[in-house]
Amino acid sequence: MTFVKTKIELSRLNVGDRLEVLLSEGEPLENVPRTSAEQGYHVAAIEPAGDGIYKVIIQK
Amino acid sequence: MENKLSIISFSGDFDKLTAVFTLATGAAAVGYEVNLFFTFWGLDAIKRKQGRSFVGGTPLTRLFGFFMGGLKAAPVSRLNFLGASPSIFRSLMRRNNVATPEELLDAAKSLGVNFYACEMAMHILGLTKEDFIPEVKDVLGVASFLRIADGGQTLFI
Repeated sequence: MTFVKTKIELSRLNVGDRLEVLLSEGEPLENVPRTSAEQGYHVAAIEPAGDGIYKVIIQK
Repeated sequence: MENKLSIISFSGDFDKLTAVFTLATGAAAVGYEVNLFFTFWGLDAIKRKQGRSFVGGTPLTRLFGFFMGGLKAAPVSRLNFLGASPSIFRSLMRRNNVATPEELLDAAKSLGVNFYACEMAMHILGLTKEDFIPEVKDVLGVASFLRIADGGQTLFI
Protein backbone atom coordinates (compact mmCIF):
# COMPACT_ATOMS: atom_id res chain seq x y z
CA MET A 1 0.00 0.00 0.00
CA THR A 2 2.93 2.36 0.56
CA PHE A 3 3.80 2.34 -3.11
CA VAL A 4 0.11 2.61 -4.02
CA LYS A 5 -0.13 5.85 -2.02
CA THR A 6 3.15 7.07 -3.52
CA LYS A 7 1.95 6.30 -7.05
CA ILE A 8 -1.32 8.16 -6.52
CA GLU A 9 0.53 11.23 -5.21
CA LEU A 10 2.99 11.09 -8.11
CA SER A 11 0.12 10.95 -10.59
CA ARG A 12 -1.06 14.33 -9.27
CA LEU A 13 2.32 16.01 -9.90
CA ASN A 14 3.74 17.57 -13.03
CA VAL A 15 6.82 16.15 -14.73
CA GLY A 16 9.88 17.47 -12.92
CA ASP A 17 8.08 17.91 -9.58
CA ARG A 18 9.49 16.21 -6.50
CA LEU A 19 7.67 14.12 -3.93
CA GLU A 20 8.96 13.62 -0.41
CA VAL A 21 7.96 10.30 1.17
CA LEU A 22 8.67 9.18 4.72
CA LEU A 23 9.27 5.44 4.87
CA SER A 24 9.98 2.94 7.63
CA GLU A 25 13.09 0.86 7.13
CA GLY A 26 12.55 -2.69 5.95
CA GLU A 27 10.09 -3.59 3.23
CA PRO A 28 8.73 -0.07 2.50
CA LEU A 29 12.22 1.40 2.23
CA GLU A 30 13.34 -1.41 -0.07
CA ASN A 31 10.19 -1.51 -2.16
CA VAL A 32 9.24 2.11 -2.83
CA PRO A 33 12.55 3.40 -4.23
CA ARG A 34 13.08 0.22 -6.29
CA THR A 35 9.56 0.21 -7.73
CA SER A 36 9.66 3.97 -8.36
CA ALA A 37 12.86 3.55 -10.38
CA GLU A 38 11.33 0.61 -12.28
CA GLN A 39 8.34 2.80 -13.09
CA GLY A 40 10.58 5.44 -14.63
CA TYR A 41 10.78 7.93 -11.75
CA HIS A 42 14.06 9.35 -10.49
CA VAL A 43 14.94 8.61 -6.88
CA ALA A 44 16.84 11.80 -6.06
CA ALA A 45 17.75 11.13 -2.43
CA ILE A 46 17.33 8.77 0.51
CA GLU A 47 18.14 10.38 3.85
CA PRO A 48 17.75 9.08 7.41
CA ALA A 49 15.15 11.05 9.36
CA GLY A 50 15.62 9.30 12.72
CA ASP A 51 13.79 6.51 14.57
CA GLY A 52 14.11 4.09 11.65
CA ILE A 53 12.36 6.51 9.30
CA TYR A 54 13.87 7.60 6.00
CA LYS A 55 13.02 10.55 3.78
CA VAL A 56 12.93 9.52 0.13
CA ILE A 57 12.72 12.19 -2.57
CA ILE A 58 11.26 11.02 -5.86
CA GLN A 59 11.22 13.16 -8.97
CA LYS A 60 8.53 12.65 -11.58
CA MET B 1 2.39 -6.83 -24.00
CA GLU B 2 1.05 -5.05 -20.91
CA ASN B 3 0.73 -7.15 -17.74
CA LYS B 4 -2.83 -7.90 -16.78
CA LEU B 5 -4.52 -9.13 -13.58
CA SER B 6 -8.19 -10.04 -13.46
CA ILE B 7 -9.90 -10.94 -10.19
CA ILE B 8 -13.28 -12.57 -9.76
CA SER B 9 -14.51 -11.07 -6.51
CA PHE B 10 -17.11 -13.56 -5.27
CA SER B 11 -16.93 -13.11 -1.50
CA GLY B 12 -18.56 -10.24 0.33
CA ASP B 13 -16.36 -10.80 3.37
CA PHE B 14 -14.35 -7.92 4.79
CA ASP B 15 -11.06 -9.83 4.83
CA LYS B 16 -11.42 -11.29 1.36
CA LEU B 17 -12.43 -7.94 -0.11
CA THR B 18 -9.35 -6.47 1.55
CA ALA B 19 -7.30 -9.07 -0.32
CA VAL B 20 -9.06 -8.24 -3.60
CA PHE B 21 -8.42 -4.52 -3.30
CA THR B 22 -4.87 -4.91 -1.97
CA LEU B 23 -3.89 -7.06 -4.94
CA ALA B 24 -5.77 -4.83 -7.37
CA THR B 25 -4.19 -1.58 -6.18
CA GLY B 26 -0.73 -3.11 -5.85
CA ALA B 27 -0.87 -4.42 -9.40
CA ALA B 28 -2.36 -1.22 -10.82
CA ALA B 29 0.33 0.87 -9.10
CA VAL B 30 3.07 -1.03 -10.96
CA GLY B 31 1.36 -0.62 -14.31
CA TYR B 32 -0.84 -3.69 -14.62
CA GLU B 33 -4.18 -3.50 -16.34
CA VAL B 34 -6.52 -4.64 -13.55
CA ASN B 35 -10.03 -5.96 -14.05
CA LEU B 36 -12.33 -6.70 -11.12
CA PHE B 37 -15.39 -8.80 -11.85
CA PHE B 38 -17.81 -8.64 -8.92
CA THR B 39 -20.31 -11.44 -8.62
CA PHE B 40 -22.78 -12.66 -6.02
CA TRP B 41 -21.77 -11.51 -2.49
CA GLY B 42 -18.89 -9.59 -4.02
CA LEU B 43 -21.39 -7.14 -5.50
CA ASP B 44 -21.84 -5.71 -1.99
CA ALA B 45 -18.42 -4.08 -2.32
CA ILE B 46 -19.44 -1.85 -5.21
CA LYS B 47 -22.88 -0.80 -3.98
CA ARG B 48 -23.38 2.96 -4.07
CA LYS B 49 -24.84 2.82 -0.54
CA GLN B 50 -22.07 1.33 1.61
CA GLY B 51 -24.19 0.70 4.69
CA ARG B 52 -27.45 -1.27 4.90
CA SER B 53 -30.23 -0.26 2.54
CA PHE B 54 -33.21 -1.88 0.90
CA VAL B 55 -31.84 -2.22 -2.63
CA GLY B 56 -33.47 -4.73 -4.96
CA GLY B 57 -36.45 -5.04 -7.24
CA THR B 58 -38.88 -7.13 -5.15
CA PRO B 59 -39.72 -7.26 -1.41
CA LEU B 60 -37.63 -10.44 -1.07
CA THR B 61 -34.56 -9.10 -2.87
CA ARG B 62 -34.87 -5.79 -1.00
CA LEU B 63 -34.78 -7.74 2.26
CA PHE B 64 -31.71 -9.64 1.01
CA GLY B 65 -30.17 -6.32 -0.01
CA PHE B 66 -30.68 -4.95 3.47
CA PHE B 67 -29.13 -7.90 5.27
CA MET B 68 -26.20 -8.12 2.82
CA GLY B 69 -25.49 -4.39 3.01
CA GLY B 70 -22.59 -2.64 1.32
CA LEU B 71 -18.84 -2.47 1.91
CA LYS B 72 -19.19 -0.87 5.34
CA ALA B 73 -21.49 -3.73 6.43
CA ALA B 74 -19.19 -6.54 5.23
CA PRO B 75 -18.65 -9.23 7.89
CA VAL B 76 -15.33 -10.93 8.60
CA SER B 77 -15.21 -14.50 7.25
CA ARG B 78 -14.10 -15.97 10.60
CA LEU B 79 -14.59 -14.81 14.20
CA ASN B 80 -17.07 -12.13 13.21
CA PHE B 81 -18.33 -11.89 16.81
CA LEU B 82 -21.89 -10.89 15.85
CA GLY B 83 -20.63 -8.09 13.65
CA ALA B 84 -18.12 -6.56 16.06
CA SER B 85 -14.99 -7.76 14.24
CA PRO B 86 -15.00 -5.42 11.21
CA SER B 87 -14.86 -2.37 13.52
CA ILE B 88 -12.04 -3.99 15.48
CA PHE B 89 -10.16 -4.73 12.25
CA ARG B 90 -10.64 -1.18 10.95
CA SER B 91 -9.29 0.16 14.24
CA LEU B 92 -6.28 -2.18 14.05
CA MET B 93 -5.67 -1.19 10.43
CA ARG B 94 -5.68 2.52 11.24
CA ARG B 95 -3.43 2.01 14.25
CA ASN B 96 -0.93 0.11 12.10
CA ASN B 97 -1.17 2.50 9.14
CA VAL B 98 -2.74 -0.15 6.91
CA ALA B 99 -5.41 0.86 4.42
CA THR B 100 -9.02 -0.12 5.14
CA PRO B 101 -11.18 -1.64 2.37
CA GLU B 102 -12.83 1.77 1.83
CA GLU B 103 -9.44 3.46 1.39
CA LEU B 104 -8.31 0.68 -0.93
CA LEU B 105 -11.48 1.08 -2.99
CA ASP B 106 -10.76 4.81 -3.36
CA ALA B 107 -7.17 4.02 -4.34
CA ALA B 108 -8.39 1.49 -6.91
CA LYS B 109 -10.60 4.18 -8.46
CA SER B 110 -7.69 6.66 -8.54
CA LEU B 111 -5.43 4.10 -10.22
CA GLY B 112 -7.89 3.35 -13.01
CA VAL B 113 -8.80 -0.19 -11.99
CA ASN B 114 -11.65 -1.49 -14.15
CA PHE B 115 -14.81 -2.49 -12.29
CA TYR B 116 -17.33 -4.89 -13.79
CA ALA B 117 -20.54 -6.35 -12.36
CA CYS B 118 -21.90 -9.84 -13.05
CA GLU B 119 -25.13 -9.71 -15.01
CA MET B 120 -26.46 -13.04 -13.74
CA ALA B 121 -25.90 -12.32 -10.04
CA MET B 122 -27.45 -8.87 -10.44
CA HIS B 123 -30.50 -10.51 -11.98
CA ILE B 124 -30.87 -12.92 -9.04
CA LEU B 125 -30.43 -10.19 -6.44
CA GLY B 126 -32.64 -7.66 -8.24
CA LEU B 127 -29.81 -5.13 -8.56
CA THR B 128 -29.34 -2.66 -11.40
CA LYS B 129 -26.25 -0.76 -12.57
CA GLU B 130 -27.65 2.33 -10.83
CA ASP B 131 -27.30 0.55 -7.48
CA PHE B 132 -23.51 0.55 -7.96
CA ILE B 133 -20.77 3.17 -7.82
CA PRO B 134 -20.42 5.09 -11.10
CA GLU B 135 -16.94 3.63 -11.67
CA VAL B 136 -18.56 0.30 -12.65
CA LYS B 137 -17.73 0.32 -16.35
CA ASP B 138 -20.05 -2.39 -17.52
CA VAL B 139 -22.33 -5.29 -16.67
CA LEU B 140 -20.88 -8.51 -18.05
CA GLY B 141 -21.54 -12.21 -18.46
CA VAL B 142 -18.90 -14.93 -18.23
CA ALA B 143 -17.99 -14.91 -21.92
CA SER B 144 -17.32 -11.17 -21.93
CA PHE B 145 -15.28 -11.37 -18.73
CA LEU B 146 -13.17 -14.21 -20.15
CA ARG B 147 -12.48 -12.13 -23.23
CA ILE B 148 -11.32 -9.21 -21.04
CA ALA B 149 -9.20 -11.50 -18.83
CA ASP B 150 -7.66 -13.36 -21.76
CA GLY B 151 -3.86 -13.34 -21.81
CA GLY B 152 -3.41 -12.27 -18.18
CA GLN B 153 -3.52 -13.79 -14.71
CA THR B 154 -6.92 -14.53 -13.18
CA LEU B 155 -7.74 -15.05 -9.49
CA PHE B 156 -10.95 -16.10 -7.73
CA ILE B 157 -11.45 -14.65 -4.25
